[in-house]
Amino acid sequence: MDDRMSEEQGEKTKVLQSNLFSQFDKSFSEEVMKHHGCERLSMCYQCGSCAGSCPVGKITTSYKPRQIIRMTMLGLKNEVLSNDSIWLCAACFTCQERCPQGVKITDIMLTLRSLASQNGHAPAAFIEQASLLIENGRLVRLTGLVERKRAELGLGTISPVNNEVVKNILSKTGFIELVEKLKR
Amino acid sequence: MAYALFLGCVIPVREPSYELSVRKVFTGLGVDLVDLNGATCCAPVPIESLDPKTSLTMAAFNLCLAEEAGLDLMTICNGCFETLSKANSILKEDAELKSYVNTVLANVGKEYKGRLAVKNYLQVLHGVVGLDKIKKAITSPLDGLNVAAFYGCHLLKPSSILKFDDPESPHVLDEMIEITGARSIPYLNKIRCCGGLLRGVQDDLASKLARDKIFNVSQAQADAVITTCPFCFLQFDLGQLEFRRRFNETYEIPVLHYPELLGLAMGITPNELGLHTHRVSTQNLTRKVVRPKTSVDSNMLGERSVS
Repeated sequence: MDDRMSEEQGEKTKVLQSNLFSQFDKSFSEEVMKHHGCERLSMCYQCGSCAGSCPVGKITTSYKPRQIIRMTMLGLKNEVLSNDSIWLCAACFTCQERCPQGVKITDIMLTLRSLASQNGHAPAAFIEQASLLIENGRLVRLTGLVERKRAELGLGTISPVNNEVVKNILSKTGFIELVEKLKR
Repeated sequence: MAYALFLGCVIPVREPSYELSVRKVFTGLGVDLVDLNGATCCAPVPIESLDPKTSLTMAAFNLCLAEEAGLDLMTICNGCFETLSKANSILKEDAELKSYVNTVLANVGKEYKGRLAVKNYLQVLHGVVGLDKIKKAITSPLDGLNVAAFYGCHLLKPSSILKFDDPESPHVLDEMIEITGARSIPYLNKIRCCGGLLRGVQDDLASKLARDKIFNVSQAQADAVITTCPFCFLQFDLGQLEFRRRFNETYEIPVLHYPELLGLAMGITPNELGLHTHRVSTQNLTRKVVRPKTSVDSNMLGERSVS
């Protein structure tokens, strides 16, 4: 091979590396695969059973599970974690059931969300539910009206949550701090 | 026979008639349900999405309450069933996560031991109480009623953990419907998701998924949809009010929690079951199946009493 050619090719590779491959963070897929349920990420061969099975994918082009899995494997960390579409999974587990490679796609999607949360990304609806959990120990607010309705039906009062216990647990797991950060 | 009853967040607050029907039906079948004092949210997908370890720890806290009562835990919500089953399964096999959870729980005087099973109420009815015993309790068969069974997602999947039924072609709920005398009719995309977990995240998608299901049920001319999950129920019952606004479509298809259907077949009146609390009127359905013992009593047909 002539020297000029190999020099040119070398230049091309450099260009590719600087413009595109520099965004690839190989350690990202390894990081994801350490999480429970994500171990088989690298087994994905992009058949698209997930995308074809997805009920959300049938009604919007904004959610493409195969693409998210591929981007994760390639190490496109920032693109994946700041992408709104990871929050559109309805967690129905259909893709996970049907994946011929045993990739736990739903579990991976939930792990990507938790990594995005650590980076400060989460939709308002999730942050609101998290705040309810911290304040009430439940995701639904209990009101006097509810207790009156229950009494009319002959049902007793709802057993109260021990808020101190809940806050103790949530502060030890770092959840309160996480939610405070997400609110900012 | 006794179980620790895990009600979850949504049912006691937003769907008390569901809780009522569970209590009446299980009492009628001789199963004791023990309430778990101090139970919290199970910490399902929305919490797991932000922090899986928090979800695992909160779930384990609730599992501890049932362990302390010395009972298996029975859920009546698909979301709680999936979350608590998954936590129970992970903690039984992953010593590292179990140790993490128990270190946190030690601060509140709890320890997860992994001695209990998490069951969905349909597993208790179908597998433990048994169809023969339930058949004997049916005094008012719902003959002539055609209903659409909807399992929801987290009753079936992930199947490797839940082990409830065949995730692609389930039969348990259909069988449970047929023993009431009603017919479980086929309809398009029966096992497709209701979209409940997209509520608040993207309401238009959540609404579209629910609307498509109700449309398919209406095409099959079902008298009602039978659900097993409070989120699916909201998607269809409250959802039908939304479909009028969003899609300009009116369906009026009653939505019943499975124990409400079973309760009717066991001779419990619609009023005793609190069916008047549903957003979509159940009167067309109850008129078909409830035969008043004396003269026509509107209260027995589940109509709102004048107060």
